[in-house]
Amino acid sequence: MRRQLPILIVFVSGVFMVIQYFIPHESFEFIYEYAMDWIIIIGIFAMLLGLWSLTRASVSKVQAKAPGWGFSVMTLVGLATMLFLGFYKGNKSIAEGTFFMDLFWYIYTPIQATMFSLLAFYIASAAYRAFRVRTVLATILLVTALIIMLRLIPLGPISGVNQWLASWILTVPNMAAKRAIWIGVGLGATATALKIIFGIERAYMGKD
Amino acid sequence: MNFYERLMQLDRRWIYLGVAIAVTIPVLAPFKVPVYITPEAKAVYEFVENTKPGEIIFLAIDYDPNAMAELHPMARTIMRQSFSRGIRLIISALSQNGPGMAEQLISQISKEYNKKNGVDYVYLGYKPYPGITILAMGQNFRIPFPTDYYGTPLDSLPMMDGVRNYDDVKGIISIVAGNIAEYWINYANGRYKAKVFFGVTGVMTADYYPFLQSGQLFGLLGGLKGASEYERLAKQEGVATEGMSIQTVAHLVIIAFIVVGNIGFFMSKKKKR
Repeated sequence: MRRQLPILIVFVSGVFMVIQYFIPHESFEFIYEYAMDWIIIIGIFAMLLGLWSLTRASVSKVQAKAPGWGFSVMTLVGLATMLFLGFYKGNKSIAEGTFFMDLFWYIYTPIQATMFSLLAFYIASAAYRAFRVRTVLATILLVTALIIMLRLIPLGPISGVNQWLASWILTVPNMAAKRAIWIGVGLGATATALKIIFGIERAYMGKD
Repeated sequence: MNFYERLMQLDRRWIYLGVAIAVTIPVLAPFKVPVYITPEAKAVYEFVENTKPGEIIFLAIDYDPNAMAELHPMARTIMRQSFSRGIRLIISALSQNGPGMAEQLISQISKEYNKKNGVDYVYLGYKPYPGITILAMGQNFRIPFPTDYYGTPLDSLPMMDGVRNYDDVKGIISIVAGNIAEYWINYANGRYKAKVFFGVTGVMTADYYPFLQSGQLFGLLGGLKGASEYERLAKQEGVATEGMSIQTVAHLVIIAFIVVGNIGFFMSKKKKR
């Protein structure tokens, strides 16, 4: 029963979500809207689970004085501080000018921006090493990358030609490749969904 | 190791130094870079331009601070353009760290144009699981957002009177980083036939061209260049326009390094022969 019940719930929910798409009737709309509420509620519980899991993992790391336990202390302090400040004055806590938002703007935002900015340096280093004219395919890759990069740079009289070429690369060969990938992903997702609905794929239940 | 082999195997710290200098020079000595306007950027601009005063556009601010440099100027310019034209906005922020940035933009720009919450704009805020939220909004905005960001019930906001779902907005402009973009295409456009426009980061741009041609996406702003194109179209030149000079020099330096590496590669190969 512990295995059959989840499979039954998944089957009924899955089949319903598929057929409701094709039946635009009021009753189906009602159940669909109800299902939406359920999904959001379950999702919020999943967030609580994540919060609990993070706290537990960090606390046990600190207790065991595992390597890097100081970072776990920072995680816990950050988590507790932001939770407290976020809930402290209800909705007013998250308005502009509050201490909560100051922490967001002056600590969190620069940290994220810095992490992302570092990419420029890594990309420059990677491009220098990777773009070598070793084979025909590598040459095609290099020429394409240069054309796409150059579209961001004003080139005077040949700017128009380069823009046209870059646009062609993006809308023809790039699109063909991307479309093939998307179709593959779509077919894969459909196959996986069907396997879950029919109980063939059961990894979501954990160990059998 | 001869000279050409050294060219091939430059220490990465030299490359980092080169990039650091490249991004610093335009900051110290700013200059303006001409920008070519792409048709996909123009499509977003014309959509907002052709929306009549009083009509509603859904503006989704779906990015975290890490994409702020590229995407914040887009959101800012679109919001200013909309408010200056008397267009009403429903705004959401479906990325975890986006609500604060959206709140900052709204409070700043609504003051500039003297726009009132609940009358000229509604800020829905954040709900987890963007795919589900986008699907649910297609039925009714009130399913995922019974109240707005500030806790006011949507039904008590005058602007939301008679506004139920995507059918009641002219279109959706999502300024987005990450896979939230796919949900807008799959659900908002695929299921509810909403007119969707994107502003995306530079690295995401190539991914969304297929959707332009298939008619699932109606306009696209790509990266800082897209933002600067939009600023020029809307005649609101700002951070993105300034940033284009930095991006230009950085790209030139990267290209120079690639050329240097290849010269080293060719010449050392020639010498070995």
